[in-house]
Amino acid sequence: MRLKGRTDEHAVSSEGTASDASSLTRPMLRAGRIRQILLFIASAVLLALSMFAAISLGAKDLTLSTVWAAVFHYDRSLMTHQIIHELRLPRVLGAAVIGAALAVAGSLIQGITRNPLGDTGVLGINAGAMFVVAVSFAFFPNLPYGTLIVLSFLGALMSTLLVFGLGASAPGGLTPMRLTVSGAVTAALLGSMTSGIAIYFDLSQDLAFWYAGGVAGIKWSQLEILAPILLIVIVWSMGLARSISLISMGDEVALNLGINLKRIRLLGLLTVVVLAGLSVSAAGAISFVGLVIPHIARKLIGVDYRQIVPLSALLGAVLLVLADLGARMANPPEELAIGIMVSFIGVPFFLFLARKERRDL
Amino acid sequence: MSRSIGTGDARKTKAWLVCLVLAGISFVVIVLGLNTGTIRIPPLRVLDTLFGGGSGRDQMVLFEYRLPRIVVTVLAGAGLGAAGAVMQGLSRNALADPGVLGLHAGAALGLVMFVSFFRDLEGSSALLIPLFTFTGGIVAAVLIVLLSYNRSRGIVPVRLILSGIGVASGLSAITLYWSLRLDEDTYAFTARWLAGSVWGRDWVHAAALLPWIIIVLPYVLSQTRSLNNLSLGDETAAGIGTNVKRQRLLLLGAAVALSSASVSMAGGIGFIGLIAPHLARRLVGPMYQHLLPVACFVGVVILVVSDTIGRSLFQPNAIPAGVVVAVVGAPYFLFLLSRTK
Repeated sequence: MRLKGRTDEHAVSSEGTASDASSLTRPMLRAGRIRQILLFIASAVLLALSMFAAISLGAKDLTLSTVWAAVFHYDRSLMTHQIIHELRLPRVLGAAVIGAALAVAGSLIQGITRNPLGDTGVLGINAGAMFVVAVSFAFFPNLPYGTLIVLSFLGALMSTLLVFGLGASAPGGLTPMRLTVSGAVTAALLGSMTSGIAIYFDLSQDLAFWYAGGVAGIKWSQLEILAPILLIVIVWSMGLARSISLISMGDEVALNLGINLKRIRLLGLLTVVVLAGLSVSAAGAISFVGLVIPHIARKLIGVDYRQIVPLSALLGAVLLVLADLGARMANPPEELAIGIMVSFIGVPFFLFLARKERRDL
Repeated sequence: MSRSIGTGDARKTKAWLVCLVLAGISFVVIVLGLNTGTIRIPPLRVLDTLFGGGSGRDQMVLFEYRLPRIVVTVLAGAGLGAAGAVMQGLSRNALADPGVLGLHAGAALGLVMFVSFFRDLEGSSALLIPLFTFTGGIVAAVLIVLLSYNRSRGIVPVRLILSGIGVASGLSAITLYWSLRLDEDTYAFTARWLAGSVWGRDWVHAAALLPWIIIVLPYVLSQTRSLNNLSLGDETAAGIGTNVKRQRLLLLGAAVALSSASVSMAGGIGFIGLIAPHLARRLVGPMYQHLLPVACFVGVVILVVSDTIGRSLFQPNAIPAGVVVAVVGAPYFLFLLSRTK
């Protein structure tokens, strides 16, 4: 009973853990490999299509050829080119990078904690970043964006240490259930303090978009700092993916194969904190991208994190680009908060997964 | 059971004593709450004014402004404390709380619906507010129960908490969606409500809350035997002769009614329903005939103190009571979590 619990601990969504495990060590079947390559190509094409759609659709619909010209032969004197270059392009690129970052952060957390409900929003990591952003809005309103990024990262680090420290110090150790609950409560605490600060300093208006999340305000100057770091960290997490696959199969398997569990967990968590902290600093707290996307990726491609991480990155980018497009298109000229759009997709999925949860507290 | 073992009487005496002491503390914090504000009235003059004396100005400040708010706070505190105790007994989970389980998110949705239909929060339509929040709370409860129900095992505790978290997020997203469509003032009100601001400050608000508490609270207090039995586990409870399914449904409805009505006037305050029963259990033990009344008193003390602190310490602005409660309550919850196996 106990052994069984161990092996199917994270594989709630995938059946047949034994065959999945062997797929890591045995050479891939040719058909499987082709399927994987096709999946990646399809996702990349989907991302390209949705980005083009998001650039061309909006308050002013633009033709495909204009978009193409504006991106590759930018002409400053044309109004349409300016709309695309100054407004749509940073927004769509920002959505793509942040979506990828959130999805990768989610997949790393799920792998490290063997918790299928892991997510930077659910675990209170976003709330920590939000809180620090709110504090700096209240006391140091004119901080440059670079400093805000660092602060937001420190906030994410703080809440991560809190949640994981508390969970690990309890008798019985860091169970997925305890992690989820302490994360939710920490999120509630920090969220409450954030809204207290917002109300007390009359910042509700300024903080509104941080609450709901949004990529509308992203500028080139932000993107120039944000995108390179996020992309480097995403590539770096692909390097971690092999070890995380082994961790996700259970401590014993990982130890037998000579993995330094503590080191990988620590590195993985730090990576998650960087990804989440930076994303929140740019787009506010967007929950559920990190929860939903790794699950879809795992369903599509299997349990090897070497494939889950990059596929999550692609699909996360697609989800956020489309959610942003939907948020713009739902009720023009008003914009819906992107977080609401993502929640409407993510929550039913979360509930479906919670419904399948078999373990006890 | 403990009634038959001799220590029952000692327990009972202790419970009475604790209740008396807590009633005394409640009285003191209520008087302090009445005394605090932009216009300070010394405690003795508060008492004097309450019993008919005092200047006309004192009477107006007290009876028109402070007293209705304090009545709302007291009723809501008692309601939230009792609701938490009942939820913990029903779910046999010491971490259960109406806020954590997502009932408040449902109540919030109900409130936003009310605000967008009526817009008038002061007139007699205020009497309907608890009905709206109750409907929202029931919707959330039904969703959570359906999602956490297993044909062979009944309500699975771990699913209860997970689906609570999920349902809360989903309903909050809908609430946010609705509230963003409201005008600026209503949005500001909703934001404050969500943070747990005691906004009910007219007699009509106290009147709207009162029937819910004075009808449901005695009912719950009369069901302590069922709660004792249910907390022993379903099989034992059925063996003793409790109709488990029916009792659980009725008591769950009562808990939703108490918490939804309370938050309708006091805002989405979490953690009281969690802390109050815990403190009560430490003070008087696990028997519900002792635990429940003590939890009510503890709830009253916490909410009145938090509201007074939020109002007075941060003048001229005010911090919602819910923020004060969370800052104290969430660390305590996390502490409990790190101690429970």
